Amino acid sequence: MMTDNHIISIIVEHKPGVLYEVSNMFRRRNFNIESITVGSIGKEGLARMTITVRGDEDTVEQVTKQLHKLVDVVKVAKLDPERSVVREMALVKVHVANSNVRSDVIQYANIFRGNVIDVSPDSLMIEITGDSEKINAFIQLIQAFGIKEIARTGITALQRGGKAFRA
Amino acid sequence: MVKLTGAQAIVEALKKEKTKYVFGIPGGSTLPIYDVFYDSDIRIILARHEQCAAHMADGFARASGVPGVCMATSGPGATNFVTGIATAYMDSSPVVAFTGQVSRKVIGKDAFQEADVIGITTPITKHHFQLKNALEIPKTIWMAFKIASTGRPGPVLVDMPKDVQLESGDMEFPEKVEIRGYSPNYDPHPVQVKRAVKLLMNAERPLIIAGGGVIISGASAELIKLAELLLAPIAITLMGKGCMPEDHPLFLGMTGMHGTPDSNKLVNEADVILAVGTRFSDRTTCKLECFCPEAEIIHVDIDAAEVGKNVKVSLPIIADAKIALQQMYNGLLKKSKKKKSPWFKRTKELTEYIESQKYNDDGYINPIKLMSQLRKTLSLNAIITTDVGLNQMLAALYFKVLKPRTFISSGGLGTMGFGFPAAIGAKVARPDVPVIAIAGDGSFLMTAQDLACSTTENIPVIVLVLDNKMLGMVAQWQRLFYNRRYSSTELKGVPDFVKLSEAFGAEGVRLESIKDLPIIMKRAVKSDVTTVIDVPVSPEANVFPMVPAGAGLNDIMWGEG
Ligand SMILES: Cc1ncc(C[n+]2csc(CCOP(=O)(O)OP(=O)(O)O)c2C)c(N)n1
Repeated sequence: MMTDNHIISIIVEHKPGVLYEVSNMFRRRNFNIESITVGSIGKEGLARMTITVRGDEDTVEQVTKQLHKLVDVVKVAKLDPERSVVREMALVKVHVANSNVRSDVIQYANIFRGNVIDVSPDSLMIEITGDSEKINAFIQLIQAFGIKEIARTGITALQRGGKAFRA
Repeated sequence: MVKLTGAQAIVEALKKEKTKYVFGIPGGSTLPIYDVFYDSDIRIILARHEQCAAHMADGFARASGVPGVCMATSGPGATNFVTGIATAYMDSSPVVAFTGQVSRKVIGKDAFQEADVIGITTPITKHHFQLKNALEIPKTIWMAFKIASTGRPGPVLVDMPKDVQLESGDMEFPEKVEIRGYSPNYDPHPVQVKRAVKLLMNAERPLIIAGGGVIISGASAELIKLAELLLAPIAITLMGKGCMPEDHPLFLGMTGMHGTPDSNKLVNEADVILAVGTRFSDRTTCKLECFCPEAEIIHVDIDAAEVGKNVKVSLPIIADAKIALQQMYNGLLKKSKKKKSPWFKRTKELTEYIESQKYNDDGYINPIKLMSQLRKTLSLNAIITTDVGLNQMLAALYFKVLKPRTFISSGGLGTMGFGFPAAIGAKVARPDVPVIAIAGDGSFLMTAQDLACSTTENIPVIVLVLDNKMLGMVAQWQRLFYNRRYSSTELKGVPDFVKLSEAFGAEGVRLESIKDLPIIMKRAVKSDVTTVIDVPVSPEANVFPMVPAGAGLNDIMWGEG
């Protein structure tokens, strides 16, 4: 069976313990979370969790059903990647040995529409946003210079178009 | 609006939920509530172990359909609840479990008798609440009962920090609360019902598998009507026992690992299976690859997550069993009536297999005979509970149940020691009927201390201990698959259950001969204390038929050979 990454967007009660409840369900049922991002949606004590799950179609269907069963989960939707905007942000600290490297890194950052957000004598920090492939590509490109640290947010996503997926 | 303390508000909210009984043990963090209980109309039943308190609430719920309530103190009281809550969870039983908790300001500081009961029970509860302040008590308890008892029922835990119980405020008790993440679906999709009707109408060999959901939704009459219209035989799961009278001509018996040959054979021969209120547990399906590979399966369940979880189905119907079955019946009535087909004749060919079960009597009571004799001594509405092991499977196979909610057993978790405390709970729910726990000598000892509860609280039940001096079911597997190496399964006849019972102020008798059963039972049913009947059973006793682990439903073993 095909295993793929699937993006599930859920609206949850924004209160302590809900992240535990959700992640505990994944652990207990032996589902794999690739990434999870959480943030307030700015109203009615609700938050959105964007969860990337690896698995075949049957597994993902079970995941959505099990999520739906949790009382603190108000809405569940599986996002269609063709009709969604999917973004991830990464902070990458690159070692810059000399000024040539420095200008190369800045150039690459510009090509990838990244921002230089911190500078020190021997390093640069780049902020880059995009889908995961773009971030992977950027990281691969500058790997040769020597990456000191990476922090990635994990995926967040929204369905395109005027319709709102609301609680 | 009324000014109340948190403790008073909890008791008030319980009354609003029509709670008459609370099973539990008090402790430091529930002192404020127990003080309010002291002069309330709610009857507080003192268990002797919190696990038993939870099983009692569970037995109460299963016998009545009404949520059972239990209460424990924080820390060890709460952790003692765990097995009881997990048992209720696996069998979808509406239990509302209250736990004391340390005061809010010391939560997380490893205070005396602090346990993270929410963290511990999250995977074994339908939902859980921790009270953050006294004012939210009325709303929270309303929600706890609502969630426990609707949709697919299950245990809900309410954790109550001690200082919240002491805090007072102006309380408002709402008639209804909106729970935005919770709205169980009861009505089937009309298109799905139409499709099901068509499938069933065209089926040549239709068969119904009925599970515990049929009992929970009160769908027995609808089930039988539909089966009679279709001339479809009915196989039950362990949890489905009681969903139809077992003397009905379409009844095939239990299916699965210890299923009857009739049901196991026919399940695999059917071309359309209507599965209602069952989650296709591995004990029911046995080896999945061999589980009716040819059949189209219509799966009716109120819990969408059960559909497609274990078995691929052709037609899912997410709905309450009663409503769905009634609508299918209505749909089928409009079509022409089914004729008696060769399939129907085949279901009649399969004959009684009980007689074929041989048993050496050699000084012991034959447990199969015991089950049929026991049935004869009891009224139709008597309630049976079981432990886990041979006793459970013997009762499931050989004790005929005729009414819903009169057979109570730990199916999903298989909890030894469940039977006796569940019987106490069932007796509290139904004081008008005899309640009999069919126990194992190993299992009974796990909860026998609650004989003290049954005698001091005047809740007389009957415990029939199948005393084979073995952890029988495990020993059976050792006999069959481990060359009779009885590693840790010989109980060596300790204790003497008659003396043990007497020490608790209960009645203890030994069944010397099966002929004495009617007299002993007659006395026990009338007695106002609990009677423990010790039944000497051969240590070599087995339960057959059986499908060995990893085999398909058709691979039935009949004996040791
Ligand atoms: C709490 C618990 N511990 C262990 C088991 C494993 N187990 C299943 S059946 C069984 C033997 C039960 O023995 P007994 O109660 O004497 O019943 P019998 O099988 O002899 O009728 C055991 C140990 C269990 N189901 N539950």
